[in-house]
Amino acid sequence: MEPFTGILTLAVFTPLAGAVLILFAARKDSVIRLIALSVTLFDLILSGMIFVVFDESSSQRFQMIDRFEWFSSQAINVTYQMGIDGLSAPLVLLTGLLGFVAVLASWKISLRVKEYFVWILVLQTAVMGVFTSLDFILFFVFWELELIPMYFLISIWGTGRKEYSAMKFVMFTFLGSAFMLVGIIALYISPDVRHFDMIILAENSVMGIQSIVPITLIFWFFLIGFLVKLPTIPVHTWLPDAHTDAPTAVSILLAGVLLKMGGYGILRIIVGMFPNTTIDNAGIFAVLAVVSILYGAVLTIRQTDLKRLIAYSSVSHMGLVLLGVASVGFIDTDFMGAGLTGASMQLFTHGTISALLFLTVGLIYDRAKTRHIPDLGGLSRTIPIISGSMIIAGLASLGLPGMSGFVSEILVFLGSFKGFPVITGLSVFGVVLAAGYILWMFERSLFGPTKQRFSQIADASLIECIPLVLLAITILGIGIYPAIIVDVFESGIDPITALLTR
Amino acid sequence: MNINDIYLISPEISLVCLGLLLLLLDLVWKKKEFFPYVVFWGLFLPIILSVVLWSDLNKEISAELTGINGALIVDKFSIYFKLIVLGALGLVVLTSTDYLEKLRDQSGEFLPLMLFSATGMMLLVSASELITLYVSLELTTLPLIALIGFMRDAKSSEAALKFLILSGISSALLLYGMVLVWGFSGSTYLTVIASVVESQANSGIPFGSYALLLGTILVLAGFAFKISAVPFHMWVPDIYEGGTTPVVAFLSVASKAAAFAVLLRVFYVGFGSLELEWSLLFAVLSAFSMTLGNLVAMVQTNAKRLLGYSTIAHAGYMLIGLAAVASRIDGDHLSSGPGSLLFYLAAYGVTNLAAFFAVIAISRKINSDRIEDFVGMGRKAPLQAMVLTTGLISLIGLPPTGIFIGKIMLFTSAVDSGLTWLAVLGVVNSVVSAYYYLRVVRIMYTSETGSKETDCATTGPKLALVASAVMVVVLGIFPGILTGVADAAAMTLLP
Repeated sequence: MEPFTGILTLAVFTPLAGAVLILFAARKDSVIRLIALSVTLFDLILSGMIFVVFDESSSQRFQMIDRFEWFSSQAINVTYQMGIDGLSAPLVLLTGLLGFVAVLASWKISLRVKEYFVWILVLQTAVMGVFTSLDFILFFVFWELELIPMYFLISIWGTGRKEYSAMKFVMFTFLGSAFMLVGIIALYISPDVRHFDMIILAENSVMGIQSIVPITLIFWFFLIGFLVKLPTIPVHTWLPDAHTDAPTAVSILLAGVLLKMGGYGILRIIVGMFPNTTIDNAGIFAVLAVVSILYGAVLTIRQTDLKRLIAYSSVSHMGLVLLGVASVGFIDTDFMGAGLTGASMQLFTHGTISALLFLTVGLIYDRAKTRHIPDLGGLSRTIPIISGSMIIAGLASLGLPGMSGFVSEILVFLGSFKGFPVITGLSVFGVVLAAGYILWMFERSLFGPTKQRFSQIADASLIECIPLVLLAITILGIGIYPAIIVDVFESGIDPITALLTR
Repeated sequence: MNINDIYLISPEISLVCLGLLLLLLDLVWKKKEFFPYVVFWGLFLPIILSVVLWSDLNKEISAELTGINGALIVDKFSIYFKLIVLGALGLVVLTSTDYLEKLRDQSGEFLPLMLFSATGMMLLVSASELITLYVSLELTTLPLIALIGFMRDAKSSEAALKFLILSGISSALLLYGMVLVWGFSGSTYLTVIASVVESQANSGIPFGSYALLLGTILVLAGFAFKISAVPFHMWVPDIYEGGTTPVVAFLSVASKAAAFAVLLRVFYVGFGSLELEWSLLFAVLSAFSMTLGNLVAMVQTNAKRLLGYSTIAHAGYMLIGLAAVASRIDGDHLSSGPGSLLFYLAAYGVTNLAAFFAVIAISRKINSDRIEDFVGMGRKAPLQAMVLTTGLISLIGLPPTGIFIGKIMLFTSAVDSGLTWLAVLGVVNSVVSAYYYLRVVRIMYTSETGSKETDCATTGPKLALVASAVMVVVLGIFPGILTGVADAAAMTLLP
């Protein structure tokens, strides 16, 4: 009897079912919004339950497994296999949370409401599927499934050069994932493998496998896909464009969960399945990390568009994930553990922080009709709730102790310092730059004299307050009691460090 | 010819009878609008007969039934392709109801010609002897020439003439190649050719003899015309643009599938012992076809020409299945190339039909097939736009569609037989193709002009539209329903 608990399958496909329901059954805009909201609320509760039920102290690494044979042919045998471990459980929670936030953030969408919510829900299914699938082909299906919704969401509901940005996003991501597909196939055809089972590969890694295509080449095929998605310099250029032109909710999902797919892939597949190759290439990770962190931060400082500023800061912050991965350069369980846990933690914290930042920027743009920083000013007096939320997110983003950003940053720096002291030192300077651009942005947009035309704008309405409060509580809560997430991530990282030091 | 022979070719016979019946009906029955439905329901007879033959093969000890002095083979492989041809024919016939109204006076000939051409294809995929093969090919092509020019306007006639000339050239090449192969081996039967080829395989010369090498290349060139592989693709865009569109849809799916079936049979059965030598030929053809097809498609402004270049690119992907032979790495597992190709052909068939049907419906509605005129179709013709989007997403190779699964299978076969470079080229080409396919989608959906209009499509085309789109998605979500059948069919070819 194949194991099938069905919880994860339910969490993944509930949004899709909602999308189908909206497509065929709903006519009125208010009904559509209500369906989308209740579906994502259900998914949030479900992912919360999954996170709570997940037992990080269990000897069973992968839990809640759903498995049955999907299809088989002479060429490939594919299993439908889902399951979570300590690495994916918090990311499932994050996806549930941000899916709900995204629907609330789109409450005021009035253009082609039906299609919009259909695509948002399909996107939610795709991302949830990426974090839960444990079969390479299934993983790839969900990875690619996210392209079409994103293309439509940016090119129809976006602003500015939306069509260009949407196409750029698709081209970059698709090229990256195309290489990933070759990597998956090249791994599969090795006589020792002949399956797509990610559990077996996660437990044994590719060490000792007789491979027809060189392992290092397969490693790079995978890595290219993930680096584009993360993104890292020099393949980051799609990100500012996509972010700037996307509607608010899509920016939230893009920064909050879609970028995390890249980080998740690096931790799960690159580090978890190619431990030796990762150790050999730790230097490359470190260099990519410091370039992304510093160059990203320098680019951020000179941005004058609020959204573009946060987009570039994402490039810089995702560099920290790579720095955490680079900690494998020094073979020691504790340092590696800290670095990798920090990297995974950074995925979660940056997910919540950037979501809150994009949400507040979206609200400000909604009211002020501009995101050009020099045109703003003194907003904290007229819209204190929005400004306050933005300040919480900003402070967390620059790594203020007591907020969630601090936890991941300190873990990453602790982990990587022993292996790459100079690079880590330089990267810490990136945090100083972050303080610079965040505080300077506050000063120019939120403080100072209130401009005349902003004196009448209204603060967040009740429905807009829900996501603000939800995200702010998460950020502060994790800052105060990080163990609730860190312990889970650690339970997922421990088997990986065990492989690395074997 | 005995009773067993008649049983073996009963699907073909029933199809011809249906065509003749239609010619007679045309004289006596005035309600021509019912003819497509007569054909549609009539097609169930050959389909059922084919399925019966398949189930017979399941019972038999031998994997094939030969008839007519060994000239025709009925095995799972040929039945698989017959079903593809019949399925495509059924859907195309449903779609052509609108066209038939336009040409009332000769609508009586349209459907019988389609049926005769389909009969040719069905014989073609069964042929195991070169002369039978050639005759079947001509039976396939000649009605198609008439059908392409059926609209009798300038563009349509030009397309028909082009198709006539180029088919003639390709047939000549093919025939010359066959003569050389016959001269070398002394037989027109593929199995006999195979044994002669095998006995001389290790003489140090490629293919054992230069005459055979030249013959093989010429046969390959002849069929490369039919599958529209580069550099034999020149006829495609003009004929796709000018020809009668339902016929072109049929041509792009059924005729291509049949040509691939012949290629598979001739090369696996006839020249099976030389697979390492010809597989490189296919790999090179494949690389050129997909790259050139995709690059030129990027600059197209006409939807039908775009589909034309897209079909060239897809011929390239499909050729991967022929290039992926087993023995390059190790001999202990059979090649998965043919099985993957068979699945891909079916997935491509429904996808391309969906795309063509949608383009037919849209261009009829707006009286233009320029892509820029498709603006706002997402609202003006929501069903057609949705089907076209589904088709285009499948053509890109994104989930959840049939071609997505097919591509993964084909690329796996390629890497499996040591052609990693071809797989990399294939995935990069898929990325390039996303650019021009999504451009069409964008034009249909992003601009919000025009009000919602009532759908004026009639039942037949609408049914074909929905059915093909549904199949595209079903093959993407439940590929298992076809992979087993496709593999069983491909297995009959492999030694």
